Amino acid sequence: MSGNMNLTLKVWRQKNSSDKGRFETYKMQDISPDMSFLEMFDVLNEQLINTGEEPVVFDHDCREGICGMCSMYINGRPHGPKDAITTCQLHMRSFKDGDIIVVEPWRAAAFPVLKDLAVDRSAFDRIIAAGGFVSVNTGNAQDGNNLPISKVDADEAFASAACIGCGACVAACKNASAMLFVSAKVNQLSILPQGKPERMQRVRAMVAQMDKEGFGACTNTGACSAECPKEISLSNIAALNREFLMANLIDQEG
Amino acid sequence: MNALSFLLNSTIGKKIVMGLTGLFLISFLLVHCGVNSLIFFNDGGELFNEGAEFMGTNLLIRTVEILLFAGLILHSIQGLYLVYLNRKSRNVSYHVNSGKNSTWYSKSMGLLGTLILIFLILHLKHFWVTSRFTDQITGGYTTLFDEMKVVFSELWVVILYVFSMFSMAYHLLHGFQSAFQTLGLNHKKYTPFIKKLGFWFSIILPFLFAMMPISMYLGWIE
Repeated sequence: MSGNMNLTLKVWRQKNSSDKGRFETYKMQDISPDMSFLEMFDVLNEQLINTGEEPVVFDHDCREGICGMCSMYINGRPHGPKDAITTCQLHMRSFKDGDIIVVEPWRAAAFPVLKDLAVDRSAFDRIIAAGGFVSVNTGNAQDGNNLPISKVDADEAFASAACIGCGACVAACKNASAMLFVSAKVNQLSILPQGKPERMQRVRAMVAQMDKEGFGACTNTGACSAECPKEISLSNIAALNREFLMANLIDQEG
Repeated sequence: MNALSFLLNSTIGKKIVMGLTGLFLISFLLVHCGVNSLIFFNDGGELFNEGAEFMGTNLLIRTVEILLFAGLILHSIQGLYLVYLNRKSRNVSYHVNSGKNSTWYSKSMGLLGTLILIFLILHLKHFWVTSRFTDQITGGYTTLFDEMKVVFSELWVVILYVFSMFSMAYHLLHGFQSAFQTLGLNHKKYTPFIKKLGFWFSIILPFLFAMMPISMYLGWIE
């Protein structure tokens, strides 16, 4: 078909977490510009299976940009060359015939490589388990305006809640800091009445877990927000700093 | 754990210390630049020497000086320690990394800070040691202004000072607004103002500092 592309892929291959790993080069022929990046990887894996080779392991699930499962550091950027999308939303039309595409896993001490392009992001789960929830049953969704929440707060909480926990922020950050993720998860709850009562212990527990997992400190470079598929704002991080400072200085429990 | 030690041991707490000491050092720069800019009156250093005399003998200033050194040491050690910790967090670097998502200087604060620290050691030796630990100035053999002229008569010193002010400018360009963000002071109304203020501060202040050795070397100030 016309418009189809021939590409060279340089993909990170690693047997397991203790393997040193290396780049493998694969030639891709006749790739449709309408394919998503992950579909292109499906084609690659089919080729590998047909030739008796080990397919490339990569994370993916919903393939519509809401689950946060797909990762991949593509040509030096998490989720590839476009802003505000996940890898499954990246299409091959973003590349040109003859391009060399380098694909690496997320790099962070807290996200060890499991195999090939799949990393262990359970550190995020443990941060959520430390306090990213409301510990009483708040019942069904109430009638509109039963619980008065200002438009400003509702919008802010919603924008923070858009975080899909993909880890692009950690991958992009030179310090592998998880501050954008943690700040979004803290704020989405602390802004709303259901989450407010526990805000002090929540922020302390979640930051303690974040540090324990070995994520770096925030140097405010802004790389996280620039690479975030959901465009989570840096103001979340300032709010987290404020919240954490207050929780330790003012809160009387512990 | 005690709340305060928990705070100070956390990554956020460590950054808050960086922000607070950073802003304190910025306030020092403002005073330092203000007093030193008196040389631009070109009155043979009369006003400047008066200012320097006041700064050197005023009890309050001398007390704050101790705090200043404490802040400086804390800012440097904590900064380098954070660089070490952050390197440990990102233990493998990418084969290809575009880096367009952030400015180079925001990612080079450790390097810029180290360059400033090296400059500072030389700078303290040039003026602080001379005025405090020798009787050159207190004994009336020379004035701080004349000492400046001697130091800035060497080309390599002038070049080093000017180069260091570039490091300072970029360090401030990121550090000024970053300190406010770290302290949680982010607001739709005020953050744009803080960023603008930080930008001009980072340009004007190092420029004035850099002009001091340049104008002395070129003889614009007599």
